[in-house]
Amino acid sequence: MNLAADFVKPDVQYGLISPMLIVFGVATLGVLVEAFVARRSRYLVQTALALVGVVGALVATVLVAAGLSSTSGSSGRGRIAVGGAIAVDGPSVFIWGTVLALALVSVLLFAERTLEGGVTAFAGQAAALPGTSAEREASTQGLEHTEVFPLMLFSIGGMLLFASANDLVTMFVALEVLSLPLYLLCGLARRRRLLSQESALKYFMLGAFSSGFFVYGIALTYGFAGSMNFADISEAVSGRIGGQALLLSGIGMMAVGMLFKVGAAPFHAWTPDVYQGAPTSVTAFMASCTKVAAFGALLRLFYVAFGAARWDWTPMIGIVAVLTMLVGCILAITQTDIKRMLAYSSISHAGFILVGFVGLHSVTGFAGSELSSVQAVLFYLVTYGFMTLGAFAVVTVVRDGGGEATSISRWAGLGKESPVVAGVFAFFLLSMAGIPLTSGFSGKWAVFTSAVSGGAWPLVVVAVVLSAVAAFFYARVIVVMFFSDPVGEGPVVMNPSILTTIVIAVGLAVTVVLGVFPGPVLDLAATAGQFIR
Amino acid sequence: MTSFPWLSAALLLPMVGAVVVALLPQAAGQRSALPKQVALGFSLVTLAVVAYIGIAFDTSPATGARYQFTETHDWIRVFGAHYALGVDGIGLTLVLMTAILAPVVILASWDDGDNGRWGANSFFAWLLALEGLSICVFSATDVFLFYVIFEATLIPIYFLIGGFGGAKRSAAAVKFLIYNLFGGLLMLASVVGLYVVSARSSTGPTYLLSELSKVPIDQNVGRWLFVGFFVAFAIKAPMVPVHTWLPDAAEEGTTGTSVMLVSVLDKIGTFGMIRFCLQLFPEASRWATPVVLVLAVVSVLWGALAAIGQNSMPRLIAYTSVSHFGFIVLGIFVLNSYGQSGSTLYMFNHGMSTAALFLVAGFLIRRRGSDLISDFGGVEKVAPVLAGTFLLAGLSSLSLPGLSPFVSEFLVLLGAFAHAWWWGAAAVLGIVLAALYILLMYQRTMTGPTVPAVAGFTDLNTREVVALVPLLALIVVLGFFPKPLTSMINPAVADTLQQIGAKDPAPAVPAQAAPAKETP
Repeated sequence: MNLAADFVKPDVQYGLISPMLIVFGVATLGVLVEAFVARRSRYLVQTALALVGVVGALVATVLVAAGLSSTSGSSGRGRIAVGGAIAVDGPSVFIWGTVLALALVSVLLFAERTLEGGVTAFAGQAAALPGTSAEREASTQGLEHTEVFPLMLFSIGGMLLFASANDLVTMFVALEVLSLPLYLLCGLARRRRLLSQESALKYFMLGAFSSGFFVYGIALTYGFAGSMNFADISEAVSGRIGGQALLLSGIGMMAVGMLFKVGAAPFHAWTPDVYQGAPTSVTAFMASCTKVAAFGALLRLFYVAFGAARWDWTPMIGIVAVLTMLVGCILAITQTDIKRMLAYSSISHAGFILVGFVGLHSVTGFAGSELSSVQAVLFYLVTYGFMTLGAFAVVTVVRDGGGEATSISRWAGLGKESPVVAGVFAFFLLSMAGIPLTSGFSGKWAVFTSAVSGGAWPLVVVAVVLSAVAAFFYARVIVVMFFSDPVGEGPVVMNPSILTTIVIAVGLAVTVVLGVFPGPVLDLAATAGQFIR
Repeated sequence: MTSFPWLSAALLLPMVGAVVVALLPQAAGQRSALPKQVALGFSLVTLAVVAYIGIAFDTSPATGARYQFTETHDWIRVFGAHYALGVDGIGLTLVLMTAILAPVVILASWDDGDNGRWGANSFFAWLLALEGLSICVFSATDVFLFYVIFEATLIPIYFLIGGFGGAKRSAAAVKFLIYNLFGGLLMLASVVGLYVVSARSSTGPTYLLSELSKVPIDQNVGRWLFVGFFVAFAIKAPMVPVHTWLPDAAEEGTTGTSVMLVSVLDKIGTFGMIRFCLQLFPEASRWATPVVLVLAVVSVLWGALAAIGQNSMPRLIAYTSVSHFGFIVLGIFVLNSYGQSGSTLYMFNHGMSTAALFLVAGFLIRRRGSDLISDFGGVEKVAPVLAGTFLLAGLSSLSLPGLSPFVSEFLVLLGAFAHAWWWGAAAVLGIVLAALYILLMYQRTMTGPTVPAVAGFTDLNTREVVALVPLLALIVVLGFFPKPLTSMINPAVADTLQQIGAKDPAPAVPAQAAPAKETP
C-alpha cells in the first residue's frame, strides 16, 4: 500500500484552533526560556509568559466563540476542523473558556512566592534526593524550578484538545499531553517531598494503567465501527452494524479511562493520595481544570460517539454516579486531613455531575425552555472549578512550622485567630454543601433538574440524601474552625502576596455571583448549545 | 397602595443593620453598649415599617386583594425564579410577629452576647440577619425564593447556637443543621420536580405561586412532590418523630436564640404547610390528611408527656412547643375555616407566649447559672415580679381563658371536632397535660421554701420588664379582643380553603356530640 498516496493533507483552520496553538506555542517558548534566559530573571519571564499565553488564548477563545456559526442539519453551532480531528462547537468553546479562566487564576497560585519566604512552593531541585546535602544546598541557594510554568501550559493545551477532540486518536493524544506534565508537577513539592513523590508515582502508575484501558477501548471500538471518527462511530452505533460485544466492551474500557480522570468510583483511589501529596497549587489546578476538561471530553465521547447506545450506558453511568457519591460523601466523614477531605469532596462532586450527565441528552424530546443536561453540566463545572480553586488557595495560606497545616485538628479556633480567612473558607464549604445563595446550590439545582427531566428520579433522591451526608463533614470543619478552641499553638494565617489574594478573591466572587445571579452564565451555557458531529 | 417597596424595606433594614453591627468596632476588654443600641434601633425601625404595612393592609374582603404590597422582579430567568414578595393575612401575621419579637429578644438578650465566642457584635448581627431572612420567608410568593431563604435561615441560627450557648452547643448546632438540611434537600427534590412540571405545562418554567396554581399536576406526581415539601416542613415545625433536634438546640442555645428558633423559625414549617402544601397540592393534601392528623395528635400528646418529664427548663419549653405545633398542624389539616384561622392565630399567640416563657426562664437561668428545675425553689418570695411574669407566661402557654392562646386553641379544637369528634377528643387531652407541665414547673421553681442558692436573687430590672411588657400586654389584649388579627387572617383562610375545594361543615354539627360528617 502506498501510504504517501493515501495521505491527504488536512485543511487546518488555524483561526479556529488558535487558542490551542497559542498555549502550545507559548509553552514551547517557555522551554526555550529555560535554556537561554539567566536563572535570576527566569521566574519573572516565565510567569509573565504564562500569563500572556493564557490571556492570549482566552482572548482567542472569545473571538472564536463570537465567530461560531450554526451548521446545517444540526442544532449545535460550530464546525469540525483539522480534517475531522477537532470539533470547535459551543460546548468546546465553553470548556476552553472555563479551563483557561481557571488556568489563569492557577498561574497566579503557582507564582506565589511570599508564603515560602521568597521562593515558589515547588522543589528547589527535584533531582536532589530528600534529606541529602544536595537538597539543602539547593534550598540555601534559593533554587526554583521555573519549568513548572511551561509544564502547566502543556497540560492546559492538552486539556483544550481533550475537550474538543473529535476522533479517538486525537482524544488519546490529548489525554497523554494533559496527563504527563501533571504527573511531573505532582512530585515537585518543596515540603513533604517523599509524600509528594509517592503521589506522583501513584498517579503515574495508575494513570498509565487507565490509559491502557482507554487504548484497548479505542481498539475495540475501532474494531466495531471501522473508524476513529466520532461521526462515523455514531453512525455505526445507530446502525448497529458489527458485533455488540465489541461495542459494549469498547464503551466500558473507554469509560474506565475517562472515569479515572474525573475521579469517579471505583476508579477514584488515586485521588486522595495525589491531592494530598501534590503541592497544593498543583492540586488546585488539577482538581479544577483537569476535571472540567475531562468532563468535557466525557460528555462529547458519550453524547456524540456513543449517543445512539444511550440505553446501554445510562444504567452503567447511573450506578457509577451512585457509587461515586457514596464513596465521596461517606469516606470524607472519616478524613482528618483537609486536603484529603477536599479530595473526597471532589469525588462526590464528580458523582453529582454524573447525575446531571444521565439526564436528558438532546434538545429533542423536551420543551425548549427546559434546561438541557449539557447546559447543567457545563454550569456545574464552572461553579465547581472556582469554588475548589478558592478552597485550595485558602489551604495554602494556613500554615505552621512545617509548611501548610493540613491536619483538620490544627485548624481549631481559626475563626478566632483570623475570622476573614476562616469565614471565606466556611463560605466555600457551604457552597460545596449546596447551601442556597452560593454557586454550589445553583449548580446542584441545575444538574438535579436535568436529571429529573430525564426521568432519573431515583438518582436525584440518592443524590439529595447524600448531599445531607456531605453537609455533615463540611459542617464539621466549620465547627472545628469556629466552635473549638485552638489546640496548643494554633496555625498561623500567613499573609500571602497579592497573587494568592487575587485567587481567593476571584474564587469567592464567582461563588457569590453565581449563587445570587447565575442567570448570565446559565444563558451562556445554553447558547453553547449542543455538540456537533 | 403606594409603589414604594415596603416589604423589601422591611426585610432589607435588618440585613443592613446586621452588616452595620458586624462592622462596628469591637470594644476590646470593655463591654460596649453601642452594637446593642444600634441593633435595637434597626429592629425598632423595622417594626415601624411592618406596623405601617399592618395598618395599611386592606382587610375588607370586597376590596382587599389576597396578596398586597406585592413586588415582582425576574431573578433567574432560566430557573423561572422571581424576586416576588407579597403578604396575605397569614403571611402578614407572621411578619408582624417576627418584627415584634426581634426588638424584644434584643432587649432581653442584652448581655447574652458578651460571653459568647465572638462577642456581642456578631450575636446581634446574626439576630438581625435572622430577622430579615424570616420576614423574607414569610412574604415570599415565589417557591424558589422561599426555598432559598428557607435554607439560608439555617446559617444565622447555626452560628447563634454554636457560638453562644451551653457546653454541648456545637453538637446541638450540627444536629440542628443536619436535620434541617436533610429536610431542606428533600424539599429541593420537590422544588426541582415542580420546575419540571411547570416547564412542561403551558406556562413555561415558573416558580410564581400565582402561576403554579394554574399548572395541572398529575395526581401521582403531586403526591410525591407533596411528600417532599411536607417532610421538610414537619422537620422544621417540628413534629414527632422528627423533633429531637429542637430540645437539644433549645437547651444549648441562649434563650434569645431559642425564642427566634421556636417562635419564629419553626413557624416557617407550619406556614409552609398552609402556603405551599395546601395551595400547590390540594389533592395530595386531602389524600395525606389522615396520616398528618395522626402525627399531629401524636405530637400534641407526646410533646406534652415528654415535657412533664423534663428537668431542664429550656428542654421543657421546647417539648411544650412540640405539643403546640401538633395543635397548629391539626388545625391546618382539618381543612376548615375554624381550624385554619385558629392555627394562624395560634402561630402568632404561640410566638408571644413561648417567647415570654423562654425569656423569663432565661432570666431565671442567668441568675442561678443553671437551667435545672431542681436547682430552684421558692423564687416567688425573693423575686415576686419575676415569679408573676413567669406565672402569666405559663398560664398563657396552657391556654387559660382570657389570654390569647385560649382563643386560638379553642378555634383549633372547634375545627377538629367539626372534622370528626375523635380528633377533637384526643387533642383535648393535650390541654389537660399542658396544665400539668406548666403548673408543676411553676410549683417546683417558684413555691415552697426558698433554696439557699436562690435567696440572693434580684427581681427583674427595668430592661427585663420593658422587654416582657409588650409580650404580656399583647397576650392579654388579644385574649379579649382578637379581632384585629382575625379580620386579617379570615379572608386569606377563606381563599385558601376555596382553592383546595374544602367546605366548612354545617355549624350545627360540632354542637351535637354525635359523629360528624367527614368533610369532603
